[in-house]
Amino acid sequence: MENLNSYLVISAVLFSIGTIGVLTRKNAIVIFMCIELMLNAVNLTFVAFSRHLGNLDGQVFVFFIMTVAAAEAAVGLALIIAFYNNKESIDVDDVNLMKW
Amino acid sequence: METLFFLIISLVAIISAILVVTCKNPINSALALIMTFFCLATYYVMLDAPFMAAVQVMVYAGAIMVLMVFTIMLLNIRVDATKKHSHKLVIGSIVGFFTFLNVVIVLVKSRAALPTGPYSGEMIKKLGHTELVGKEIFTNFLLPFEITSILLLVAIVGAVILAKKKI
Repeated sequence: MENLNSYLVISAVLFSIGTIGVLTRKNAIVIFMCIELMLNAVNLTFVAFSRHLGNLDGQVFVFFIMTVAAAEAAVGLALIIAFYNNKESIDVDDVNLMKW
Repeated sequence: METLFFLIISLVAIISAILVVTCKNPINSALALIMTFFCLATYYVMLDAPFMAAVQVMVYAGAIMVLMVFTIMLLNIRVDATKKHSHKLVIGSIVGFFTFLNVVIVLVKSRAALPTGPYSGEMIKKLGHTELVGKEIFTNFLLPFEITSILLLVAIVGAVILAKKKI
């Protein structure tokens, strides 16, 4: 399907839903999944523009974003596990050690 | 026909994305997120990018989500563990709505000068998408590709150090 704008609107919808999730949820893992959703919305924009412009650079960028997301998932989940070992909770409200 | 298919996929993608945010149990959120990833893979196929779709299914729906589900089950969190379910829902929704407006206006209405290239749909179908992406990665993007390996090494070491008993 050639229509660029419909892909962009879908991407914007997914990005906004991810934003709402990050702002409203308290469970750290769900916040993490919402960040993944936002990254995927950006990936869709990259691929749609890449196809529209006939330039493959965008898809190579998507490849790198996926690599960064994998690294982020590994380190982020390790952080969540370390936090759970300390506090017995993954509620982001309990991350208040440096709160003034 | 293709428009109808696009609308159905969009509906599934948006409903499962909303479920990611609204489900109380993190496992249900994870399953909804996997559904969203599959819908995005379908979009990539419709955009003549089958290699990206395969990578999306294998890396995101496979590796990353398995890691997340594994962590959820490892931590064994009670559903009702959090006293209050969410932060300020209204403020979050307003911010999300303005984000949506902002992104739509910037993406759809802007007149940015974007670099065009020679790859049309017929050319991608003839030469093969995987070959073309591989050629781009190993010629123009060789240095970033190599730096990616260092990033993955750092991530492995960081994850092992962080997940040890005492930090």
